[in-house]
Amino acid sequence: MNFKGKDIISIRDFSKTEINFILKYAKKMIPYAKGEKTTDILHGKVLSSLFFEPSTRTRLSFESAMNRLNGKIIGFADPTATSQKKGESLADTIRMAEAYSDIIVMRHHLEGAARLAAEFSNVPVINAGDGAGRHPTQCFLDLFTILLEKKKIDGQNVILLGDLKYGRTVHSLAYALALYGAELTFVSPKNLQMPKEIVSECKELGANIQSTSKLDKAIRNADVLYVTRIQKERFPDAEEYNQVVGTYQINNELLNNVNENLIIMHPLPRVTEISPEVDQTDFAVYFKQAFNGVPIRMALLSLLTGETL
Amino acid sequence: MKSLKIPLIKNGTVIDHISAGNAVKVIYILQVTQSLESVVSVAMNVKGILGKKDILKIENRELARREVDKIALIAPKATINIIRDYKVIKKHRVKLPDEIIGIAVCPNPTCISNYKEPVESRFIVIDKEIPRIKCYYCERELEEIADKIIS
Repeated sequence: MNFKGKDIISIRDFSKTEINFILKYAKKMIPYAKGEKTTDILHGKVLSSLFFEPSTRTRLSFESAMNRLNGKIIGFADPTATSQKKGESLADTIRMAEAYSDIIVMRHHLEGAARLAAEFSNVPVINAGDGAGRHPTQCFLDLFTILLEKKKIDGQNVILLGDLKYGRTVHSLAYALALYGAELTFVSPKNLQMPKEIVSECKELGANIQSTSKLDKAIRNADVLYVTRIQKERFPDAEEYNQVVGTYQINNELLNNVNENLIIMHPLPRVTEISPEVDQTDFAVYFKQAFNGVPIRMALLSLLTGETL
Repeated sequence: MKSLKIPLIKNGTVIDHISAGNAVKVIYILQVTQSLESVVSVAMNVKGILGKKDILKIENRELARREVDKIALIAPKATINIIRDYKVIKKHRVKLPDEIIGIAVCPNPTCISNYKEPVESRFIVIDKEIPRIKCYYCERELEEIADKIIS
């Protein structure tokens, strides 16, 4: 399977076979991501890291991934110091980055920005989040985490919890899990439910879906609990945010009657939705999940540049 | 003798069965008034067997199928009649192409296509019958398509 020169804009651009190939290849990257082995497959390659919107994990894990592969990084994490501030179009910024590098990673506050960037770039573009839109590398690392922790993705009983309306990770993840035939339960406050088009799309893929606002009953038979933060910055109305913040909190008391093999995931950052006491339990895999971003992104950088292990 | 509301044309294209009230938008989509000097006649709210409809007649210009099919976006039941010497020599129903470029605007205020970038709006046709389209950039599906036509 050849991914050289391909863009990564949306998980919907990938078939299940392609996703499986990428996850399998990412496993090979784990010892390199941990620093147990070294490689220089991306020696001489330059990554443009264009973060028009703040990021901690995604940006750092891409930088870590490129460094572990012995490539170089140019870019910015603060768009106020760029020509965008002077009114430069995204298309022109991308043309410049294309001339300076072999691959581009970008995060932007506008939906569809990465798709547009890919039109103006002859080098691969990786979408590291476009507004409330897509975040495919997060989706890859979420699937990778489920695969590593549960040994298979197919047929898992997965709860997606929290802000399912504005949360970009859950939209991509619901679609991808539906591809694998997972059982999906959407748990959210009524005004933050999964958009209808995502539910329809998952049903068209054959997924069994339940929607509820009650977590305590749904959690009893779950294999995976995927928790999301209710993101203040995505709400057009502060009042709407104030009504729902703090609706769900995962703590040890809630976890008394759950499947002993349950795993709890979270794309991070968390605020109050998972109590720190849960960190010490075997259920918590969210820090492992954050680490898994490195081997996944190493795999993608390697495959898209065509320089493989 | 019953008089015709708009005259027959000798040569050209007649677009029939446009949903009532949409003829002006069809003219805009086809850009006929800008691109040719032909006489264009419009009849709106004409009573037909299936209710009211609009009709458009363009003289001395035979529109190619690829030029016309995009009007299926707002007039999915429209038929195209090519006229030569007052006779219909070709007739077909419009069918949406796979992509629609530059004639509608994405309703998502945070879609990159609504900002100052050197691109035209672009939509992928996801259902040619109903019809349904989604933005190529932000993937949002358009509702009330007729209202989103650029004019």
